[in-house]
Amino acid sequence: MNAKENNINANIPQELFVPVQVDQSERERISRPSLTAWQDGWLRLKQNKAAVVSLFIIIVIVAMALLAPIFSPYDFAQTDYSAIYQGPSAAHLFGTDGFGRDQFTRIWYGTRISLLIGFVAACLDLFVGVTYGAVSALLGGKVDAIMQRIIEVLVGIPHLIIVILLMMVLPAGVGTIIVALAITGWVNMARLVRARILQLKGQEFVMAAQVLGTSQKNIILRHLIPNTVGVIVINAMFTIPSAIFTEAFLSFIGIGLSEPKASLGVLINNGYAVLQNSPYLLICPAIVIILIMVCFSILGDGLRDALDPRMSK
Amino acid sequence: MDDILNVKDLHVEIKTHHGIVKAVRGVSFHLAPKETLAIVGESGCGKSISVKATMRLLPSNGRISRGSVQLEGRELISLSEREMLKIRGSDIAMIFQDPMTSLNPTMTVGKQIVEMLKAHRKDMSAADMKKRAVELLELVGISNPEMRYKQYPHELSGGMRQRVVIAIALACDPKVLIADEPTTALDVTIQAQILDLMKELQNKIDTSIIIITHNLGVVANIAKRVCVMYGGQVVETGNVADIFYRPQHPYTKGLLSAVPKLHEKTDKLHTILGTPPDLMNPPQGCPFAARCSHTMKVCQQYQPPFTQFEEGHTSACWLHDPRCHLEEGNSHE
Amino acid sequence: MSEQKVLVSVQHLKKYFPVGKKQTLKAVDDVTFDIYKGETLGLVGESGCGKSTLGRTIIGLYPPTDGHVVFDGQVMDGKQSAAVHKEFTRRVQMVFQDPYASLNPRMKVMDIVAEGIDNHGLAKSRKERDQMVIDLLNTVGLQQEHANRFPHEFSGGQRQRVGIARALALNPDFIIADEPISALDVSIQAQVINLFQDLQKERGLTYLFIAHDLSMIKHISDRVGVMYLGSLVELTTSDEIFDHPLHPYTQAMFSAIPLADPELENNRKRIMLHGSIPSPVNLGPGCRFAGRCPYATDRCRTESPAFKEVAPGHFVACHQVN
Repeated sequence: MNAKENNINANIPQELFVPVQVDQSERERISRPSLTAWQDGWLRLKQNKAAVVSLFIIIVIVAMALLAPIFSPYDFAQTDYSAIYQGPSAAHLFGTDGFGRDQFTRIWYGTRISLLIGFVAACLDLFVGVTYGAVSALLGGKVDAIMQRIIEVLVGIPHLIIVILLMMVLPAGVGTIIVALAITGWVNMARLVRARILQLKGQEFVMAAQVLGTSQKNIILRHLIPNTVGVIVINAMFTIPSAIFTEAFLSFIGIGLSEPKASLGVLINNGYAVLQNSPYLLICPAIVIILIMVCFSILGDGLRDALDPRMSK
Repeated sequence: MDDILNVKDLHVEIKTHHGIVKAVRGVSFHLAPKETLAIVGESGCGKSISVKATMRLLPSNGRISRGSVQLEGRELISLSEREMLKIRGSDIAMIFQDPMTSLNPTMTVGKQIVEMLKAHRKDMSAADMKKRAVELLELVGISNPEMRYKQYPHELSGGMRQRVVIAIALACDPKVLIADEPTTALDVTIQAQILDLMKELQNKIDTSIIIITHNLGVVANIAKRVCVMYGGQVVETGNVADIFYRPQHPYTKGLLSAVPKLHEKTDKLHTILGTPPDLMNPPQGCPFAARCSHTMKVCQQYQPPFTQFEEGHTSACWLHDPRCHLEEGNSHE
Repeated sequence: MSEQKVLVSVQHLKKYFPVGKKQTLKAVDDVTFDIYKGETLGLVGESGCGKSTLGRTIIGLYPPTDGHVVFDGQVMDGKQSAAVHKEFTRRVQMVFQDPYASLNPRMKVMDIVAEGIDNHGLAKSRKERDQMVIDLLNTVGLQQEHANRFPHEFSGGQRQRVGIARALALNPDFIIADEPISALDVSIQAQVINLFQDLQKERGLTYLFIAHDLSMIKHISDRVGVMYLGSLVELTTSDEIFDHPLHPYTQAMFSAIPLADPELENNRKRIMLHGSIPSPVNLGPGCRFAGRCPYATDRCRTESPAFKEVAPGHFVACHQVN
């Protein structure tokens, strides 16, 4: 059939036709390297070019937000009436605004505030949502039913109405915005965590733990929570950009942060007013916010694919 | 060209984030008209991937790296996706393991058969299609086909659904029917019904069948010829009697003795030690070398060639090589 | 066999699940049987017949709707003391069906196997605990270096052995094996079955072995029980049930198993059952098998047959058997 192959086979030396002992441990050997679920997830994430690029951009933006205002020669609130509405130049990379404030410093300062709002809101969501969802799923029965009805009512009321009402009642400031966002944001997290825990409760490894006499506390800490982390991380990745966007929206309609404080929303609002003469005042903060939104979403998607807790394979 | 399907030296690679899995490594088999070929092997041995590659239904991370698939002499590997669409369903049809996921839950059973006809039999009138769909339901042993025609999959039992899946597969009189573990999800009593149905249908309409299974009982029940696969390769092929009564390859022998016999009392089951090879780093020599009880040095270094025994019965093992017996002449038992 | 000591006695066990508002699913309906010390009782039946639910109810994963289990003379009816319950948890263990879902993907094999040891304080020091785990892994044919790996790196058969090691960690007397081989390949099934048998010999274990593979059940069991839609329909020794099955359902099921022998397979007569398994929700009166039974009479459709001993040690629930 295959002459070349036959030739090779004919040339195999006779000495090789002797039995060998196969080591028993060799038979059970696992050739793949040992990886934790997180390492495995990271390997998967690395395959996703868009997610890696997004992660990189997010790191750069966070670094700039943290460092740029410190190293910048200007203060974000420092006015200079000799240099108003200057276009981008070597002295002012992104130009200056109507008060002569350095736009470069203000953008990164604003990014810092926006990111802070995003992260803190996500953390609060996480805290409230995970607790609520976990309690609801673990207690089950009537408690679960009542807790779920409460969530349904909350979902029924439009987010923005609650947020806007709160903003009007409470004093303006970063804290107020975070509280307003957290009050409405946790619902989604609570639902996801509840669904995941309910699903896990039916899994055989949780039954095995029960059979082994594991306490309820340890079942939650060692079996349920670790397997819910993936869902939590992924959802948090989507919460951050949505919190940032909501803040920007509130600032844009004028009920967010007030001068001289700056967030990306405030900057966009200010830039919008002078769009015709100084478009760079709008364009630069808009680009930053778009990058943040898009990158977090892509990263969130990438994480979902990478951490999706499919247990097989 | 008397074979209806001829697969030669098929290689399939699946890309995963850990690396490339060489899932199928030089698989060849052929299928004569009206024949039933069973492909047996453990999960991960490449049996399912091989037939999916034959139908060009690989997942997006898989690709055929080498080989040829000829349907009645026509090469399928080089066809465009569009041309493949015409062939799938009409010339080759496939039945999957889980009847629930292969049926569309939002469409009546009858409509799903009609959809299949619409895709491949454009000349048929709507009334003819409906008539044909009812005939097909009757053919696969569904009582009261007119009523069932209007029902949704969830209204049917598991065995009934698998019958519907078979009816859909047979809608366009395929020349080849590929059944991937068609009875694994079913209970024994229902499994017996479906196997009987498949045999009966083959007599009625001249289709060739490839059945993939890991259940040797199913093989003995339905197959004419058997292909035993291990580690992405075919290790032994032969007709049913050859494989069950005169197995040559140590893996086939091991597999047969690992199944308890209902009629005999055995104290201890024969086992094959160890686990199948990881096809990410396939062994250089015989894939079974690490688990075989007769491993020789040559097995670990060179892939064994096929040796022919009876007509159409071949086995790939170095034990069949004359040099092997020269050396010792007494031991193997 | 009757002189043997009864280890587990299942008495009128019922487990109903509410389905929707008014309906109930009678997953296990009035099941009574004994398991003797040191034996393997096989339990077979089609999917959805309640055999897994029965196993889980016996071990206490599901609280029974009615009836109770007596384990080694202790009545386990939910009112037992905490100490008795803890001892029950140690002495009764379970091996699960799905080797993928039964191991926590975020835990190392070391911690998975040691979970029971930790819960019951069986090891005095960390070192002793680790050594116990390694010994257990060796018992099931795995090695020390496997201890620091995660479950997803193992093959199905290896995972199932980890599951067995976990159950053995508590040195139990009674193991409920819930379809432990149905997700494994043929060659691996034999490994696991042999392991079960070896362990039984070494440690004098008692098994309740749940499966749907009849040839494996016959191979491993001393006695076999057949379940159909929540009820036990036949129970006797494994030779007797195979040679002289009395219940029409048992007869049909045995004749339907495909045998790995083409000549036998093509020449034997099958009892073909028509129709499919009815839903176990809101069953009517009468024998549950009446709808598919070739011998059903009017009596079968109206009156539920009792589970009675028709020959010494041979129990059947059928009106047609006397």
